[in-house]
Amino acid sequence: MSAAPGSLSTAPRPVRLDEEGLPFESDATSGAGVAPHAAEIEARMGIVIVGHVDHGKSTIIGRLLADTGSLPEGKLEQIKDLCARTSKPFEYAFLLDALKDERAQGITIDAARVFFRTPKRRYLILDAPGHVEFLKNMVTGAARAEAALLVLDAGEGIQENTRRHAYLLSMLGVRQIAVLVNKMDLVGGSQAAFDAFARDLTAFLGSVGLEPAAIIPVTGRDGDNLATRSATMAWYTGPTVLETLDAFRSQGEAVDGPFRMPVQAVFKFTNDGDDRRIVAGTVESGRVRVGDEVVFHPSGKRARVKSLEGFNRVAPSDVEAGESAGFTLAQQIYVTRGEVATLVHEPQPVSATRLRASVFWLGQRPLEVGRSYTLKLGTARVSVHLEHIERVLDASTLEAVTDRTAVVRNEVADCVLRLRHPIAFDRAADLAATSRFVLVDHFSISGGGVVRDALPSLEPRHGADGADAAVALRPAVLWLTGQSGTGKSSLARWLAARAAGDGARVELIDDDAVGELFPAPATRAERDLRVRRLAWLASRLEAHGAAVIVAVGSPDEEARRYARELAADFVEIHLHAEPDVIARRAVAGVADPYEPPVQPELALDTGRLTIDDAGAQVLAWLEEWSTR
Amino acid sequence: MTPTLATQPQPRASRMDHLDRLEHRSVHLLREAYASFPQLAMLWSIGKDSTVLLWLARKAFFGHVPMPLVHIDTSFKIPEMIRYRDRLAAEWRLTVIYGQNEEALAAKQTFPDGNVDRLTCCGLLKTEALRRTLSGEGTRYRFDHTLGRYVVDTNREPYTGVIVGARADEEGSRSKERYFSPRSGENNWNIADQPPEFWNQYATEFAPGTHVRIHPLLDWTELDIWEYIERERIPTVALYYDQGTGERYRSLGCYPCTKAVTSDAKNVQEIIVELKSGRFANIAERSGRAQDKDDGGGLEALRREGYM
Ligand SMILES: Nc1nc2c(ncn2[C@@H]2O[C@H](COP(=O)(O)OP(=O)(O)O)[C@@H](O)[C@H]2O)c(=O)[nH]1
Repeated sequence: MSAAPGSLSTAPRPVRLDEEGLPFESDATSGAGVAPHAAEIEARMGIVIVGHVDHGKSTIIGRLLADTGSLPEGKLEQIKDLCARTSKPFEYAFLLDALKDERAQGITIDAARVFFRTPKRRYLILDAPGHVEFLKNMVTGAARAEAALLVLDAGEGIQENTRRHAYLLSMLGVRQIAVLVNKMDLVGGSQAAFDAFARDLTAFLGSVGLEPAAIIPVTGRDGDNLATRSATMAWYTGPTVLETLDAFRSQGEAVDGPFRMPVQAVFKFTNDGDDRRIVAGTVESGRVRVGDEVVFHPSGKRARVKSLEGFNRVAPSDVEAGESAGFTLAQQIYVTRGEVATLVHEPQPVSATRLRASVFWLGQRPLEVGRSYTLKLGTARVSVHLEHIERVLDASTLEAVTDRTAVVRNEVADCVLRLRHPIAFDRAADLAATSRFVLVDHFSISGGGVVRDALPSLEPRHGADGADAAVALRPAVLWLTGQSGTGKSSLARWLAARAAGDGARVELIDDDAVGELFPAPATRAERDLRVRRLAWLASRLEAHGAAVIVAVGSPDEEARRYARELAADFVEIHLHAEPDVIARRAVAGVADPYEPPVQPELALDTGRLTIDDAGAQVLAWLEEWSTR
Repeated sequence: MTPTLATQPQPRASRMDHLDRLEHRSVHLLREAYASFPQLAMLWSIGKDSTVLLWLARKAFFGHVPMPLVHIDTSFKIPEMIRYRDRLAAEWRLTVIYGQNEEALAAKQTFPDGNVDRLTCCGLLKTEALRRTLSGEGTRYRFDHTLGRYVVDTNREPYTGVIVGARADEEGSRSKERYFSPRSGENNWNIADQPPEFWNQYATEFAPGTHVRIHPLLDWTELDIWEYIERERIPTVALYYDQGTGERYRSLGCYPCTKAVTSDAKNVQEIIVELKSGRFANIAERSGRAQDKDDGGGLEALRREGYM
């Protein structure tokens, strides 16, 4: 952005912004055609204007303000006058400087609210260009924008920041984009030059996943093809910039997606005589109704929605994307901030402790391999370790550099992050909103990113011969259940042996291991209590990072459900076999009625599988599960 | 490294109207603040904005207000404001805390006493009083619901999260705020270097000795505020309405420095009609506040030092 003549920034009076963000002074005559409180409330569309420095962003904004009659009366003349008096050539870019910043010398005001209007609606420019910290402010603006204008200079073509900004727009999820090929006067308004540009641009934007609504040849300085059609480029028959903007639609909410609600808090105001236990959050996607069965991730706990709560309103029967919600549950389960509520019958998110992500870095200090950061995704907050940088995108060539150990400010990279504990998310390709996260370094948000993929936390450790490699199980309760004679204990011991590599924390709880301290139950009530005690123990061990393999008699579904609720990650493995197989194996005299699990994570027919095959299936399942 | 957005569910217009949208966003911000700051307070100036904020807290927390409401009493507030404050405190069972600059008041270092100019007075009775009340250096008085009066509060922990009813459209310097805006221990605000804010993630971490200002009303306009008051039937101080004198207050402050505007709007609906008519189109909302006029960059300078 060009510097304004010094005298502009030392204007004697403070700028006051009215409801529209336009400056007003109490003695000024009325702003041209802009009544701050127009009788009708129109929607405002937030737009962001990006592009390489000096390609003409400020000029275009100034021109748009002037050409749409959105300036306070006399402003244009005042500035032209000032320029004449200080013998500086007039620049439309000065208008923006003057509006934003009449007092504070040199301070680049970010996210200053600048408005202009067309007969159709009002536009709020969410970030006004400036050199200092541009990217930080652009990201703040773009994340809230419904549309973007990408400006580039016909004389210079695609430059470093053209690429960088386009890539960021794509990552931030701005879908409606118009490209302005500015300074067409410098190439003599040539159609051939423009067509060549348009080809290059389309190819480049396609490579970062963007599809512009229009590519428009403009001469910002003269207003060509901004508000009015260019007389000198009659060959261009496409829409002007304002026509393109007016054709954009308000973005709305992801009402039709699968239900996702990151839990902000579970409220209970017992001290104020209120016994409701309310799970609260803002719905990111989809919809939930009273009576729906919800699942919380990563804990996997389930319950039915008993009521939707609100204050000073009729209790709603459903809540949907964009709305803040609160509901009570029909079953008492323990859930916490950071979990994600979903609906049982819809596509589920992934929970993992390792992930591949694309990140952009804004921090002063670089993002370095081996260092720890705080990752915030939805309402989850977890300490992460940067394991590996796969590649850094070179913004000037868009080529990938693969041998880096740090990502510096304004760079974009693909990397692998390891999380202290599992969190739930979606892959960017599936559901953008719940794939987005920020990285916090030293108390400040220093980067953002989207999860591309979950990676296995199960790293096979290769033994001497490779075949008997021990496996590291992630913290979980692996609960083996099945009638007596289905082989629970054998499979449990097989798994424990395979998982006992160095560093792997595995605990085996079977009838042998617990022995006399938890004597074999005589009644159903005793059995119930025994299962609950062991379930509690298992969940405590899990909480301290152990993979706990449980194989005790647990024929009752209710007791197992109890165990599931205590655990953070519960994997129920149902072993079954044909009656004749069981009859052969079972210890005579044991005839408890067995209630098979309703929805086990895994079911294995041990009548048909060898123990090695059954074990391998469990490991394969676990591996796949940890990448989900 | 191609972002794939093609398979996303396409967003579409939901059933929310303009006020619904504002409300849900503010509720979200309030809950984030509550979850992030153990020492959280909300400033309550008694004016329309911070009263809407208080109402939104009741929305966010299902009828409860789980954080203390801090009021800075300059001792020159219009008496009706204080009566209204204490009435709502009792009715809604609010934890109300007030603080003041007792030294400056005792020494009569005030504009109404004729000893300092308006801006210095604001600096002492508001900025400094607020700083000391938030940090715990100054005495905090808490409304005791059993006794029905104010007692000295024993909690002197500094508040690390402070919820404020600032709106971006109110005044130039406010348009630069973030929803969560870190402040140094001395209340200083670094306008040029603000944290990025995107994807509903905010500056909830803070270095020791610093605190964070939270602005849930940033996107609201004066008209939105009144329309919401109307929709929700939020009780407001009668000073906002013409009670037969042909004047009303558009913005409330201390009586020596706040002037009424000429208006015959007698209730919320009439204020909305008046605002929509564009009558005040070129008159700043705070133009009745004399301290804003005293010097060029006055309010911004005060804000940098922590004045609301
Ligand atoms: N020749 C020509 N120059 C332009 C045009 N638009 C802007 N400029 C000049 O390009 C320079 C940079 O413009 P500015 O708007 O400050 O760029 P920004 O950094 O992107 O905001 C200024 O000197 C402008 O006068 C145009 O359409 N034609």
